[in-house]
Amino acid sequence: MADRIILQVSRYRPERELEPTTQEYEIPLNEEWAVLDGLNHVKDTLDGTLSYRWSCRMGICGSCGMTVNGEPRLTCATFLTDYRPGPIRIEPLHNFPVIRDLVVEIGDFMRKLPQVKPWLIHGEDTAAPQSELLQTPADLDEYKQYSMCINCMLCYSACPIVGLEEDFLGPAAIALAQRYNLDSRDEGADERLDVLSTAAGVWGCTFVGECTKACPKGVDPAGAIQRYKLTAATDSLRSFLMPWRSS
Amino acid sequence: MSVRYTEFHPRWYRPPMSVFWWAGRRSYLIFVLRELSSIFTAWSVVFLLLLVHAVSEGSRQYRQFLNLSSNPWMLTLNVITLAFLVFHAVTWFNLAPQAMVVRLRGNRVPRSAIAGAHYAGWALLSALAAWLILR
Amino acid sequence: MAAEAGSVHDILVIGGGGAGLRAAIAAAEADARLSVAIVSKVYPMRSHTVSAEGGAAGVIKSADSLELHAYDTVSGGDWLCDQEAVEAFVAEAPRELLRLEHWGCPWSREPDGHVAVRPFGGMKQLRTWYAADKTGFHMLHTLFQTSLKYERITRYDEWYVTRLLVDDGRVCGVVAIELMSGRVEMIAAKAVILCTGGCGRVYPFTTNANIKTGDGMALAYRAGAPLKDMEFVQYHPTGLPFTGILITEAARSEGGWLLNKDGYRYLQDYDLGRPEPTPVLRSMELGPRDRLSQAFVKEVEKGRAIDGPHGPVVHLDLRHLGKEVITTKLPFVRELCLDYEGIDPIRQLIPVRPVVHYMMGGVHTDINGATPVPGLYAAGETACVSINGANRLGSNSLPECLVFGARAGQAAAEYAASAASAGPSAPVRTQAADERRRLDGLLHRDGGREPISAIRTEMQQAVEDGAGIYRSADTLAKAIDKLRELRERYAVARIEDHSRTFNTEFVAALELSCMLDVADAIVRCAQSREESRGAHQRIDFPARDDTRFLANSLIYRGADGGARVEYLPVTITRWPPAERVYGR
Repeated sequence: MADRIILQVSRYRPERELEPTTQEYEIPLNEEWAVLDGLNHVKDTLDGTLSYRWSCRMGICGSCGMTVNGEPRLTCATFLTDYRPGPIRIEPLHNFPVIRDLVVEIGDFMRKLPQVKPWLIHGEDTAAPQSELLQTPADLDEYKQYSMCINCMLCYSACPIVGLEEDFLGPAAIALAQRYNLDSRDEGADERLDVLSTAAGVWGCTFVGECTKACPKGVDPAGAIQRYKLTAATDSLRSFLMPWRSS
Repeated sequence: MSVRYTEFHPRWYRPPMSVFWWAGRRSYLIFVLRELSSIFTAWSVVFLLLLVHAVSEGSRQYRQFLNLSSNPWMLTLNVITLAFLVFHAVTWFNLAPQAMVVRLRGNRVPRSAIAGAHYAGWALLSALAAWLILR
Repeated sequence: MAAEAGSVHDILVIGGGGAGLRAAIAAAEADARLSVAIVSKVYPMRSHTVSAEGGAAGVIKSADSLELHAYDTVSGGDWLCDQEAVEAFVAEAPRELLRLEHWGCPWSREPDGHVAVRPFGGMKQLRTWYAADKTGFHMLHTLFQTSLKYERITRYDEWYVTRLLVDDGRVCGVVAIELMSGRVEMIAAKAVILCTGGCGRVYPFTTNANIKTGDGMALAYRAGAPLKDMEFVQYHPTGLPFTGILITEAARSEGGWLLNKDGYRYLQDYDLGRPEPTPVLRSMELGPRDRLSQAFVKEVEKGRAIDGPHGPVVHLDLRHLGKEVITTKLPFVRELCLDYEGIDPIRQLIPVRPVVHYMMGGVHTDINGATPVPGLYAAGETACVSINGANRLGSNSLPECLVFGARAGQAAAEYAASAASAGPSAPVRTQAADERRRLDGLLHRDGGREPISAIRTEMQQAVEDGAGIYRSADTLAKAIDKLRELRERYAVARIEDHSRTFNTEFVAALELSCMLDVADAIVRCAQSREESRGAHQRIDFPARDDTRFLANSLIYRGADGGARVEYLPVTITRWPPAERVYGR
């Protein structure tokens, strides 16, 4: 008798209900299946009306983030056998409005991201560069970790401040700002300071640290934020003590 | 109650965040306790200032202070404060490496070294204080 | 909101991946007066460009030359490439990669700070720029984050384009569904650039993401633009069994070996050179992808492949590379093996097999991304210029997105600046209204027999059986019949989800219709081409036939739903067809 496992999936159909409900599906417990494979089995053979996002199925596009047994996970990189014998509770990511079933609205993040100017700010902006800007492997190591963010939003789901404070920029946005601040080719740290050193920026963070735990790519956004707090604080102090020095 | 849904304007569901959001998860609970520990840290500072004030006012004030301190409620409070102080120190020392990236000769100093340095400093200062008080 | 009313832009880019973002940026920079928009069925950072791993080729080392890169590309493509386009491509590739570097792309570096390059399959010189083994990820995020600087670019995130609107033979906009709400809108534009990627999901086993369903190819095909070289489907030699996840060619360029069940480097039996302990360019494991995939099939026939739980595999051996190389140069490969196979490549052999990866074919365009239909452009994997010919070399497709994305954006901007700015005409509004009615009809279809997923699975199996690595007139004829049957079954398929809000089943149904069209194009072109060249191998016509087939195939959709295939001779400018030599 082949192994089976139960998925308890959150459903929300705005045309007919005010609140999410839970629907159970029993699926085969295949050793190689990720939770995403389980959901695909449900959609393809049991219930075509289940909606969720997915694309690459290899943990690099960031589409398939959901809450699995209370934890924010990439469903393509989380395996059914990890939850044996089940049941597995699958809900949409926390701290985001739910559009439908397991699909959340991430427009808030998409609006906040450009605010931190997550692009290389470099004075010499030629239309046709002749050669590369030099950058040693050591320079690259300084920011490489923060460049690994796949925008999966698991950190936003894990962070209680994101749920409590509407304006908080959030872990991924700040980590991306740091990725550019620490890039040896970048010259825009000052421009980002005004956005980051605010209550909606780094000072809203109280170092809960859940974002780093949730991150599937090892970006360590909590570390990025605390490091920036030090930078912002020393910068403030310096301009207070030595106002004649242009920062 | 009826569900009114306007075609093309889906109603997003916004899950409410409970006042007890921190109670449902171990990591959140520890976080809130850590934040609360600052109240007890502040109390320990106040207590220390009261002690210093009592000492500076003379032996009668000092004896009053000692009587106050040996009161069972005060004792309980201070034991709890001590527990929270240790908790405060341990959690922050363990988090320090995440906020401090120190490079020595191009290589990152390992996290254990940074946390270890904090503990070492704490131990050193405690040893010094103990020696000063107990000699 | 009525579908007849809607937004108006000068240039509309469909698809927000490498090519789409680059095209939008190029258009925005070309002319400050133009309104540029990107419509994408996923948020741009989810585009499939993100999973590219190995690298992007561009000539920068002194030992290298544009001529060498061009020759490698033309010979790699088995002489089916447009040589003029290849020459333009190799010249612009390094400029585009440098521009990306200035936009912040974290290219891996040499100790002195210069961009590092690695060897890659089919290339005589080291010229593949890389960002660890997540080149596509870094390129896409750099492009996306840079695009945020341009406030003039409007984005329609998670809108699915269902139809191109054509007025008097010119493309003048699209009809699209906002996935979140289900509303259908017309978006008018003077020029439309298709950057929707390839169609790997037409096959059952592919490295491609779920979203690669050939939407743009089908849209162009239905609007009267021909598809070119559709029979050339690239099987990447090293994909993980079961999932099909890509193990980058970089693993082989760093020195990985392909072994059969006897631990033997079997590629030496297939005229790919002699095995050396370190990689030799254009030899053995660094041969072109089509030859390596074909060698696998032969090994299976000889009974020398390893029997795995999901069919035959061979082994990719990285153990001799050592922990240092694997963790610094191939960290993502290690992560993928650990997560999806439970294998650590530092100590164990990786089971791999050929997996559908890239479409050399696509919408027929010229060197500037223009299709024969005025107002319609295409770039990236969606398009076929062709610079890849019958087989693409690894690390040529990322710069292809940049070079032709930029060219298409520029060309579309010039076209739009001079085009008349009348609003959508009455016939166009009628087309839009018709499309809305059609979509509503499909959405509210009652009854219906089979689920979309069943038809899709059968289609994938039919295409693999008919037009796999080796094909014959017999297998192809069967596939054409099967696809016809599936199209009929699709017309009465069951739609369970009648909701408008984020209805992914409905989108899957629309994607399936695109895939059925594209699959049909693939098998028909394969049937027509009676020779073997590059990735198209016919058991019944095993030799290359330059007399009859030194030409690109063009397939046009017939009015009755049928198709006709024509041939466009390849313009040979500098390199006359020769023998494709690797390892000698």
